Amino acid sequence: MTAVASLEAVEVDYPKRGKALGPFSLSVAAGEVLALVGPSGCGKSTALRLLAGLEGPTRGTVQRAAGRGETAVVFQAPTLAPWLTAQANVALPLELAGMPRPEARAKAAEALARVGLAGAEQARPAQLSGGMAMRASLARALVTNPRLLLLDEPFAALDEITRRALADDVLKLWSDTRPAIVFVTHNVEEAAYMADRVVVVTRGPGRIAGEVKVAGPLPRPPGFRATPGFREAAEAVSALLAQGSEAAA
Amino acid sequence: MNRLIDTLAPVALIALLLGIWEAACRITGVPAYFLPPPSAVAKALVSDPWPLIQASWNTLSVALIALVIASLAAQAIALIVALSPILERAIRPLASTLQVTPVVAIAPLVIIWAGIDHAERAVIALAVLVAFFPIFSGAVTGLKAADPDLERLFELYGASRLQRVLRLRLPSAVPFLLEGHKVGAGLAIIGAVVAEFSAGSGGVRGLAWRILDAGNKLQTARMIAALVVLGLMGVALHALLDRLERAGLTWWRGR
Repeated sequence: MTAVASLEAVEVDYPKRGKALGPFSLSVAAGEVLALVGPSGCGKSTALRLLAGLEGPTRGTVQRAAGRGETAVVFQAPTLAPWLTAQANVALPLELAGMPRPEARAKAAEALARVGLAGAEQARPAQLSGGMAMRASLARALVTNPRLLLLDEPFAALDEITRRALADDVLKLWSDTRPAIVFVTHNVEEAAYMADRVVVVTRGPGRIAGEVKVAGPLPRPPGFRATPGFREAAEAVSALLAQGSEAAA
Repeated sequence: MNRLIDTLAPVALIALLLGIWEAACRITGVPAYFLPPPSAVAKALVSDPWPLIQASWNTLSVALIALVIASLAAQAIALIVALSPILERAIRPLASTLQVTPVVAIAPLVIIWAGIDHAERAVIALAVLVAFFPIFSGAVTGLKAADPDLERLFELYGASRLQRVLRLRLPSAVPFLLEGHKVGAGLAIIGAVVAEFSAGSGGVRGLAWRILDAGNKLQTARMIAALVVLGLMGVALHALLDRLERAGLTWWRGR
């Protein structure tokens, strides 16, 4: 499989905090769902920003799909513009790229419908619930049909029921267009449930502690959390996490 | 019931204070040029209302014209500054110096520049100067207050500098602009009054001029009447702008 993006021996130093990441190497294959798991402050979000091109490495090389709309990011907060309607928010990436407004708005309405927000086109972000706002944010990321979708702890601020529902929804959306997904989380279960490959990052400066492949079909069938495959993967990820924390301590 | 008490409480206090004032004047027999009783002030307010209304309008219109000019200038300069960090660094010290210099101290100079025949221009210019800064600093702060993650998204989607300003920074600045205009409008009235004092009788015949004029004639009741009107005007303008600000925020936030 071809790589959509890759980090080769990258290291990131911050002026005051010192080294935040690396050396760190990661290759993202087309269409795979990859989870980056690690303790807070381990640099996993930094790795994501490198893949997004929002930051450059101090050393090492980053290869990524650099075309307009080829990479999309969803942050921990919905990050919607409060003065725009849901539809205008979702249409924004297309309009910034020069697509005529009516066309962009029509595509935005489609994207909203795909994430289950049909009928909420004219709602303002303040009128949406936390889960709905996150869906709108997801619609905005998907509207450009990206080859790489980056999610930075996207469900961290949501309640357990909503985050489980959203995890299934993200996988269902993924199965339509199959972009490569990289998502950052500190939740082991979420990582093992959503990803077919889980990469565990050590305590900062982050290095790779190991990786775990999760067996089973994507999107997950009902009851997947009770299967041995899921349990074993979650256990393996937990063990690697514990090891990674010890090694650095 | 509680709301009724809340509304009545300030009214009751004012009535009580006025009553004490009136009684004290009558009992002590203090001369009216020194402290006229409230009844005399009320008479001065009601007996000859037109000049007072005319004077109020003169002051208010100066303040409003000044507010419009200050608003346009402050936002235009803030936009230019937002586009160029070097310009901002260049302008900042100048702006702060001008801001901390009292308007009374600048007034004589501005009056000379405007010319004796155009004292009203000097008054407007001085009010503009005072109203300019809250709007300007609100705009500069607001233009930098965009959500950093939204800034990152704009970067990711390859937005041009102009797109960033028009579609992200300007809309993000709206709450700060509303607040700046509210403060600026209050200051425009203060600036107009201070400038009228400085310009003297040749300037705008507004409320400040009336206070000076009545003071020169020792018509203390007329002085206080003009002060009362000035206070009421300030309260009314503030209430109106507060409403406008809240309506603006509701529109911006959609809730």
